[in-house]
Amino acid sequence: MAEESFLSDEFVSQLTAVGEVDIVVGLPTFNNRDTVQRVVNAILVGLVKYYPRQRSVLINPDAGSKDGTTEAVQAASIPDFRAVLAASPLRTMHVVSARYSGVQGESEALRMVFAAADLLGAKACALISPDLESITPEWIDALVQPALKDGFDFVGPVYQRRRFDGLLVKNLLHPLIRAAYGYQIEEPVGREVALSGRLASYFLGDQSHREDFPGLGAFEWMTTAAMAGGYRVCQAFLGPRVTVSRRSALDLNTTITDVAGSLFRCLELHQSYWIARQKCEQVPTFGFQPVLDLDPVRIDRKRMFQMFSSGVDQLRAVLEQILSPGTLEAIIAVAKLEERQFRFPDDLWAKTVCEFAASYHHSVINRDHLLQALTPLYRGRVSSFILENGRAGSDDVERKLESLRQEYERLKPYLIENWNRNVR
Amino acid sequence: MRELVISNLRGALTAVTGILAEAVPRVLAMIIIIVAGWVIAWIAEFILRRLLLLARFNRLFESKGVTRALSVAALPSPSEMISRIVFWCIWVAFILVGINALGVVALQREVSDFVYLLPQFIVALLIIFFGFLAANFFSRAALLAAVNANSPSPRLVSGFVRFLILLLAVTMALERVGLGRGVVLVAFAVAFGAIMMGLAIAFGLGGRHVARRILERRFAAGGERKEEKDEEASHL
Repeated sequence: MAEESFLSDEFVSQLTAVGEVDIVVGLPTFNNRDTVQRVVNAILVGLVKYYPRQRSVLINPDAGSKDGTTEAVQAASIPDFRAVLAASPLRTMHVVSARYSGVQGESEALRMVFAAADLLGAKACALISPDLESITPEWIDALVQPALKDGFDFVGPVYQRRRFDGLLVKNLLHPLIRAAYGYQIEEPVGREVALSGRLASYFLGDQSHREDFPGLGAFEWMTTAAMAGGYRVCQAFLGPRVTVSRRSALDLNTTITDVAGSLFRCLELHQSYWIARQKCEQVPTFGFQPVLDLDPVRIDRKRMFQMFSSGVDQLRAVLEQILSPGTLEAIIAVAKLEERQFRFPDDLWAKTVCEFAASYHHSVINRDHLLQALTPLYRGRVSSFILENGRAGSDDVERKLESLRQEYERLKPYLIENWNRNVR
Repeated sequence: MRELVISNLRGALTAVTGILAEAVPRVLAMIIIIVAGWVIAWIAEFILRRLLLLARFNRLFESKGVTRALSVAALPSPSEMISRIVFWCIWVAFILVGINALGVVALQREVSDFVYLLPQFIVALLIIFFGFLAANFFSRAALLAAVNANSPSPRLVSGFVRFLILLLAVTMALERVGLGRGVVLVAFAVAFGAIMMGLAIAFGLGGRHVARRILERRFAAGGERKEEKDEEASHL
């Protein structure tokens, strides 16, 4: 409640008109008119179909759309679902749109949703992306139920992915979070999540580092903060995630700077938790996950290799400041291999990431520069991963990923040692 | 005649003796002041260095990357640098006092000119120092950006950025101390203009196909840009 002051009077009066609710669904938007109507429809149908007796509200913080997104959100709320609403004639669907300054980033939108959940006394709060093409009403149930009925505080998504899709998550984010925080969470940057009311209130109160996570990092912060705060964490299978977002067109360098930087920052914020954490536990997963071998994503492996190889050559002086001499020598050695013989082994990659995390913590060079220096190395890892698994089936790929995760876990003492050392 | 010569010689000897009698104590005083100044400066430097090390002064700068930047610039750690600066400030002050003690008017004028120039000189040194730091930072930023954009000559781009910033810093520093002010400014303007014009001509004539490709990639829908997007659309 202490954070009410940042909410506009109009927004507060709209919330007051809604009254108490059980479920809050947050839908931050910015120029998403093409997709948002379908997403709103899915959310509303999901709420009516699966939670007919619960009071709910859709909160739509908008960063100043110029294409009529908020109008589309409001228009989608009533006429399309007369048939469904007829089954629950007494229901009123509340849709509240409010503007916020897009300069402050998406974390400001999340803050508004948390504030709404707190003010309205919601028991569960779901966050949904506005650019989804694959969302169905079942997603709402999959996300909300564990938080509303099963006593979980944080519900992360599990997506059905194509082969070689999400390689940054699989090769860096997931294994590092699993090794450090001790939770086997599949999608640490999942943008469809649900929270219990108490966790939403906790996030609302703990906004001291909001500026550190302006973009996608806000979702990583939520995931790791829930783990470090001792909240009950689970995940729900949602299906394939198809979007039309411009975000997906962000260049790889920006993506790595955003998400890897946020994860390293989270490690700094939660260091007292993860350094002491010994065990690694499975995260309960709800929903049915079919075993399907989808077509692989197309990635130009040769170009990746060439950019890795030339990047290592050009950035040697920068990498010398970040990596230990042994690790750098090993990377230089693999960068000199022929393209067909090229391998970036699991242990070398995991060690590289650990040393980057520690160097980030010690600020051995400007942090943005450090994260940019990771990009060519990641390209090398991707190239090697595709070369090794080009003909492998889903099970084989999963086995190899599991071995990579175990490598990260094996290197946790090395990470801690580097983390706690004095600057070289 | 003989007496006159003897009298002149005696007079000269008396004058020289007088000058020596007057100058030797002054020279001795100057030497004593300079030596004492060196001892005091050394003691001050020693004590300050110890105090800064005890206070872990360097750690204050580690997280800001200053220590690393200084080492890259082949400069000592912050505590060492402050200690040395204090040493030199104290000793130079004593040297100036010593020279003043000689009582030579011409030297006193030089000393006063030097004292007048000293602040400008310190400012010029600071400009070069920060220019060096900025050159390091921006050249590394350019190198990383060029590598990640798969540009053909990242080191060339980075070196060029470093050269331009250092050139600017040195020009500003020389202009500050008033050394060949007009010449330096004109030289800088001519050199900078020539480089830019050379680049423009090289890019416009020699690289017009590259320029066209870049423009097409940036503004045309589809094409190579789309291909790159496809490749990098799924890392998250």
